[in-house]
Amino acid sequence: MSFEWPWQYNFPPFFTLQPNVDTRQKQLAAWCSLVLSYCRHQKLYTLDVLEAQESPVFNNKKIERKLSVEAIQVVFEELRKKGNLEWLDKNKSRCLIMWRRPEEWGKLIYQWVSKNGMVNSVFTLYELANGDDTEKEEFHGLEDWMLLRSLQALQAEGKAEIITMDDGKGVKFF
Amino acid sequence: RQNHLVAVQLVQQKACGLFKFSAKIVIHLHPAPENKEPGPYQHSKYSYIELSFKEHGQIEFYRRLTEEMTQKRWENTPVSQPIPTGPKAGRTRAVGIVGIERKLEEKRKETDKNISEAFEDLSKLMEKAKEMVELSKSIANKIKDKQGDITEDETIRFKSYLLSMGIANPVTRETHGSGTQYHIQLAKQLGDMLQAPLEERGGMMALTEVYCLVNRARGMELLSPEDLVNACKMFESLKLPLRLRVFDSGVMVVQLQSHSEEEMIASALDNVSDKGSLTAEEFAKLLGLSVLLAKERLLLAEKMGHLCRDDSVEGLRFYPNLF
Repeated sequence: MSFEWPWQYNFPPFFTLQPNVDTRQKQLAAWCSLVLSYCRHQKLYTLDVLEAQESPVFNNKKIERKLSVEAIQVVFEELRKKGNLEWLDKNKSRCLIMWRRPEEWGKLIYQWVSKNGMVNSVFTLYELANGDDTEKEEFHGLEDWMLLRSLQALQAEGKAEIITMDDGKGVKFF
Repeated sequence: RQNHLVAVQLVQQKACGLFKFSAKIVIHLHPAPENKEPGPYQHSKYSYIELSFKEHGQIEFYRRLTEEMTQKRWENTPVSQPIPTGPKAGRTRAVGIVGIERKLEEKRKETDKNISEAFEDLSKLMEKAKEMVELSKSIANKIKDKQGDITEDETIRFKSYLLSMGIANPVTRETHGSGTQYHIQLAKQLGDMLQAPLEERGGMMALTEVYCLVNRARGMELLSPEDLVNACKMFESLKLPLRLRVFDSGVMVVQLQSHSEEEMIASALDNVSDKGSLTAEEFAKLLGLSVLLAKERLLLAEKMGHLCRDDSVEGLRFYPNLF
């Protein structure tokens, strides 16, 4: 399914950081939402800032407008404040994009577990993310680091326990 | 002190030849008199000097030189008094550093004299002006002390004359910002004068435009920018129908009090929506405003949240704020 761009994407002022504070807030909210839905669509979990500049998200060739590096940084900072982004390095060149927060993933996983009556079973992480059983689930293909965080979130809620096994990690659901 | 031209025997012009690129004037000299003071060279085998003119000037120079030669003006100049020196041995030819220093001093005095002669006329004028200034100051002081029979109106007019001549009158230069009689009168005058021009221009004019307009009209008694601003600042307190306004960018304008900001912005939004988007230049053309004022209006609309901007290599455009 091709990605549906929001109306702002074709509005030239969208690519200029607005000086008016109220306008800017609305603009940034729209950008955050766009970045997250794009990453969700493309199943992107990490972003490289330099590459991002050339990505269609920040660069609309049709209207010949692109977001400046400064503005991209502002958008990323906004995402970070909301908990959807984490920098991987001090230079802020690569980041993790969490278009779904770990808690939200945890919830989805637990729902699937309980729906299938598999509470009290033990799963390896691999099974969860890449097993045949979970193929139709949204969390299928979830990257390890994100899966781990989601399970940690569940663990914090007392709904799971992460176990270390011979050949990796596993999890038991309660 | 002798003029060096005494040494000149003959002056000739030499046109530039095929291979010479500059015209020359040759000055043939008499042999040096015995009491001649030492120059850069002690001896020379040539009895003439050549002046080479690379660009122009040879014709004028030749003319003046020959004129001087014919008039022999130096012979009219009275022989200057011998400079009293320390030793009473008279003007002996001095050598060494003392001699050079003395020569430099003499040269300096000569130059001064020449310059003074040249500026004789001007200094006479300056003396008169000085008298004028003294006179004005004394009158100004009399006003201050309220001596003499001068009416209020005349006082104001006189002060304005003084100011227009650039003479600082201590009576009117108050720095408390409470305004002065002069500025009050000026403000009222501006209030009358600017009504029509403001209405023609949609109720707003940049202060620079006002300055040009007013001074062009006054002709002789020009206003200083400082006075204009000070007068404009008094519009509100004098309950005149004008206002001095300063935009965020620092641009100052005079606008009619009746000028409604909301209306201006609403109409700006209409214009922009109509055309989809506008640059300051396009908007200015549309409304017959100066680009400066057009931009200010668009910026104000943006500040109010009605417009948003598109800043690209193509320039700055304003769109209706659809966010």
